[in-house]
Amino acid sequence: MTSNAQQPNRLSQGGRIDRSRKLSFTFNGTRYQGHPGDTLASALLANGVDIVNRSFKYSRPRGIVAAGAAEPNGIVQLGSTEAGQVPNVRATQQALYEGLTARSTNGWPNVQRDLMGLIGKLGGQFMPPGFYYKTFMAPASMWLTYEKYIRKAAGLGRSPNENDPDIYDHRHQHCDVLVVGAGPAGLSAALAAGRAGARVMLVDEQEEMGGSLLSSRENIDDAPATSWVEKTLEELSELEHVTLLPRTTANGYHDHNFVTLHERCTEHLSDLAPSANGRRQVRARLHRVRAGQVVLASGAHERPLVYGGNDVPGNMVASAISTYVRRYGVAPGKRLVLSTSNDHGYRAALDWLEAGREVAAIADARQNPDGELVEQARSKGIRIIAGSAVIEARGEKRVSAAKVAKIDIAGFKVAGPVEELACDTIASSGGFSPVVHLASHTGSRPTWNDDILGFVPSPVKGMTPAGGAHGVYALDKVLEDGVAAGSAAGEACGFSAASVSQPNVKNLREGAAVALYQVPHLKATLRGPKQFVDMQNDVSSAAIEVATREGFESIEHVKRYTALGFGTDQGKLGNINGMAIAARCLGRTIPEVGTTVFRPNYTPVSFGAIVGRHCGELFDPERYTAMHQWHVENGAEFEDVGQWKRPWYFPRKVNGKTETMHEAVSRECSAVREKVGILDASTLGKIDIQGPDAREFLGRVYTNKWAKLAPGRVRYGLMCKDDGMVFDDGTTSCLAENHFLMTTSTGGAATVMEWLEIWHQTEWPELDVYFNSVTDHWATMTVTGPEARKLMSELTDIDLDKDSFKFMDWREGNVAGVPARVFRISFTGELAYEINVQANYAMHVWKKLFAHGDKYGLTPYGTETMHVLRAEKGFIIAGQDTDGSVTPEDLGMHWAIGYDKPNSWIGKRALTRPDTKRTDRKQMVGLKPKDPSVVLEEGAQIVFDPKHAIPMPMKGHVTSSYYSPTLQSGFALAVVKGGHQMMGDTVYLPMADGQVHEAEIVSPIFLDPKGERQNV
Amino acid sequence: MFYILCPYCGEHREEEEFHPKGQAHIARPADPENTSDDEWGDYLFFRDNPRGVHHELWVHAVGCRKFFNITRHTVSYEILEVYKMGEQPSITAESLASAEKSQGVQVGDGGQQTVGASDSAAKDSRGTKV
Amino acid sequence: MSNAQQFDTRPQGEIPVESPLAYSMQRSGAPKAKAGTKVTMRERPFLGQLTLRGGAIVLDEALREVVGLGLPGEPLGLVQDQAGERSIQWISPDEWLLIVPGGEEFDIERRLREALGDAHFAISNVGGGQTVLELEGEAASEVLKKSVAYDVHPRHFSVGKGVTTVFAKATVILRRPSEERWELVVRRSFADYTYRWLLDAGEEFDIAVEN
Repeated sequence: MTSNAQQPNRLSQGGRIDRSRKLSFTFNGTRYQGHPGDTLASALLANGVDIVNRSFKYSRPRGIVAAGAAEPNGIVQLGSTEAGQVPNVRATQQALYEGLTARSTNGWPNVQRDLMGLIGKLGGQFMPPGFYYKTFMAPASMWLTYEKYIRKAAGLGRSPNENDPDIYDHRHQHCDVLVVGAGPAGLSAALAAGRAGARVMLVDEQEEMGGSLLSSRENIDDAPATSWVEKTLEELSELEHVTLLPRTTANGYHDHNFVTLHERCTEHLSDLAPSANGRRQVRARLHRVRAGQVVLASGAHERPLVYGGNDVPGNMVASAISTYVRRYGVAPGKRLVLSTSNDHGYRAALDWLEAGREVAAIADARQNPDGELVEQARSKGIRIIAGSAVIEARGEKRVSAAKVAKIDIAGFKVAGPVEELACDTIASSGGFSPVVHLASHTGSRPTWNDDILGFVPSPVKGMTPAGGAHGVYALDKVLEDGVAAGSAAGEACGFSAASVSQPNVKNLREGAAVALYQVPHLKATLRGPKQFVDMQNDVSSAAIEVATREGFESIEHVKRYTALGFGTDQGKLGNINGMAIAARCLGRTIPEVGTTVFRPNYTPVSFGAIVGRHCGELFDPERYTAMHQWHVENGAEFEDVGQWKRPWYFPRKVNGKTETMHEAVSRECSAVREKVGILDASTLGKIDIQGPDAREFLGRVYTNKWAKLAPGRVRYGLMCKDDGMVFDDGTTSCLAENHFLMTTSTGGAATVMEWLEIWHQTEWPELDVYFNSVTDHWATMTVTGPEARKLMSELTDIDLDKDSFKFMDWREGNVAGVPARVFRISFTGELAYEINVQANYAMHVWKKLFAHGDKYGLTPYGTETMHVLRAEKGFIIAGQDTDGSVTPEDLGMHWAIGYDKPNSWIGKRALTRPDTKRTDRKQMVGLKPKDPSVVLEEGAQIVFDPKHAIPMPMKGHVTSSYYSPTLQSGFALAVVKGGHQMMGDTVYLPMADGQVHEAEIVSPIFLDPKGERQNV
Repeated sequence: MFYILCPYCGEHREEEEFHPKGQAHIARPADPENTSDDEWGDYLFFRDNPRGVHHELWVHAVGCRKFFNITRHTVSYEILEVYKMGEQPSITAESLASAEKSQGVQVGDGGQQTVGASDSAAKDSRGTKV
Repeated sequence: MSNAQQFDTRPQGEIPVESPLAYSMQRSGAPKAKAGTKVTMRERPFLGQLTLRGGAIVLDEALREVVGLGLPGEPLGLVQDQAGERSIQWISPDEWLLIVPGGEEFDIERRLREALGDAHFAISNVGGGQTVLELEGEAASEVLKKSVAYDVHPRHFSVGKGVTTVFAKATVILRRPSEERWELVVRRSFADYTYRWLLDAGEEFDIAVEN
């Protein structure tokens, strides 16, 4: 590692940096020093680092161009450790801290000596727009190979290979007025709204609030502008309902004034968040703000002029020069040439001169520049070349000279002899572009304003632009505009305007600007030196011209063909210039060409901030039943069913070896079929239905009949949508004449609840019935198997006699001393009791069942065993055996369809449509593999003729498939076209590995077709 | 992320509390058994996708669980009004168009339409779909 | 009578009972208060909770008679008795949540059913299905801002208000019975997630859990 302690470009005084302290940092392996208050960019410039990157496509050396979010070149990879790697950081926005480590994003083997640059040099001819599309399209199979190298050569950083150890956060925020940007307009707006009493949030992306005032030449109230900033911030911080968020970028402006903010809490301190008071600190926050009103005071970006070689290090936008000189005490060169189309650019030359540096000349595109700033420059003896511009920058790794010539803007040609001025820095100003990005996020296309030669935001409901973002640039007018916007926003939220006196600011007489975007060259655009429009994406004026020549007329197509304004750049510096060039080539005006859409995010947001704390164990809710702890302690493997964690199976340790799932499930199945098993069925949805019309309502939402279900009885029901397709099933019990308890599938609980409500609220409000979810109130345990009655009899006072408590009855009583409703329903086909107790007592009951169940071989079983047992009985699971295209008829469940019910229940009409009457619909059948050891794959396609040429006609698919220890064979449920008429036929299941399984179509009820086992 | 006024709770809530339930004012035919297959198919499957004013059914799912209607502009996403079940919208494509016409604003050809909210629109929407 | 079945789910004898957070507190711990503790969480388990459905006028009358507390007059209203032990919260135009000391709910339901007679209404016991978490302390609203999109600023969320809303990726009934105290009515199956979320969100404020 080399060391360079010098800061050759650091001025001896001035700026908002702390010269008393030094910070060391490393860039591309070299150690440098800067000061607190520096950005990485200002420190690099202070150290005379010209090349910060290689360009994306042509690998040209690039230097810092801007001073803020608009920077296209100074994009670095940050981080001294692998876990702390952050790609896509703009050096102009990154505060310097001790130990900062950064690398260029592009450049191989390094930025000084880049082999890819060779291609870049040739690239003028070899890499036209659409180069990648055109070159690497064929053969398609090679794209992955190409892509790997293209990405390496042209990437914009890399993500870390290790987990990010930091924590991130979200905050939901609400305010009356959100002010975006804390420059003169934003501060005034916040003051006006804050004094009026509104809840105000003022956010600014920079390290310090103040915006342009931090580097302003102008005085406010006869003092430096920064004193007014300090005074205003002090007042704002004392207002109770005002929140100030520095280092916070408003990145996305969404519907109905929803704005996302990215706050970087510790990224100015170190690359990983330091601890504070022994606690981890939040590294970054995503604020999700719902604002009553938004004041868009996001300022304006200065447009560079587009001239030959404008990307050689040493070319900068004029205002960036002022910022580096005045805010950071850095003059990034010795001798300056300024090329400008307006008065504002003159500030850079004046600041440069005052920093003790030399101004070679100002090339002013106007014939008669005459504003006050122009006069100041003239009086200081600066040479002004009217009617001219820099047409080309000379130099390779740093500007060595500027070619200046008279130009004819209207004729787009050079109008006089070329003068070459030696210099190392060229500043350019083509005027300002209001930062309309956020307003555009809402879908509103900005409006062209000829007076300011720029796009301003179109009206967005609840949004007021102010200051630079509004196309207002003179400081006194900006302050006025801010107050007006803040007052108006406050008033819109119901706060009457407070008085805010206008500070005293000298009004500068300003000469009219001239519209200049692309500077003409002696050679035609396609033959002259490259003029860059979008430096981050390496888009040149020639590329845009080629795109228009190749027929891309819409600016959106030009954008996509050339990559203009893509990615993290979002066209901050280049979009307007690009549109102007497209307009010139197409012979249209800029407003006719229009803008492309700016999209969120304005600047990159780290994934950590987006994720917040929704990660790791908090990624998604885990829903637990009341017996969850028992399941954990008894070694359950869990299955996710929706958000529920359900025991999947309970592997035992046998001779020191843990059972496989197959072994455990076989054991659990046998226990239920031969002795007794227990399932935690608490996750089933439970809906309490009360009201005089409850029964009528059930008759309309279920396919079967409910008119005669007596209290104490339970019935199975199928629910269809009005298209006749099954969407859920379950049992409903009659608790009293006007009172029912409905159960739904685990996954369907919320859906069914909403389903009942939508029909009640929108179609049948006249029915007197209420639905309340009681899913969580009850814990449910299913005790099932031949020994179930014996076990139950030890614990309950309910009469279990088979004639008084029959299959499909329910009774209430005590189980293990706890009041319980017990339902004789069976999903296993065995004798079964479903015990429901209030969930807080469930663990007690569950444990008591085990205390008594040992002697009967009570075995806990999970969802896998449940699936095997129910499939042996041909019981469907809605959502597994059905997929929204299966009718009750398709399932062979005619017995559950009440065609003669008096009302037209949901789904009935659709069952007589021609499509649902087809006999070749996919119908539910059982499949018995010819080889009993085969367990068919769920989802496997079924064909009738395995010798048919590919593609074979697919006749159905497997919906459920298991191995049955009872049948000692694999078996499956499937839907097969016309399957109900194919009993005994053989079908084929060709697999991906070339095997073809044979299976016989059988009844889906594999066990106990008469239901004798459950009915004992 | 919409900010939706729930007409029952009486205040604006975040979109994440709501579920959209599709086009509003689709009445189930009163006598399904005597409805033709075409009409039934139309009721089941066909919905409009206007550019402009659209009446939608929403439910305040994480909230009061009540269903209600929203009149929304599908271009600007502006919610023009909310109204309870059983009520009719006061803003429709027709009403907006006539308001704009009276202000001398030209309404683009076919730019705005609505369905279901008004009788004429409901009539037009029957059997004219392709 | 409404011809519905009423069922007292509470056992008579001494039966071990587990709150929805029993497992969570054991697994995730319950941090003690520290010097810097700015928010405290506590569970109020085993309360009696009834969902009341019906018309406001008849329910209001019956509740005044049986509980001595009328319905809140406005949507999103929360009323409570002087001791703060019994409360009624507006949930929906035809739905209210009644929370009473554990053990009172069965008798209250019975007397309400009597008082309501033939009116169309529904009462569902939901006490086993949800639990109440309290948050107290200067950072309570900061913890809530990390967790709910709903605006908890005092200008917007005054004492005596309650809303059903989204909490992280679950749902919650959030209420403000007093200036310094927030209540979260949480569904049993989501209680563990909510608890872990609050511990994590409260870490920077040294959250403490009181049992």
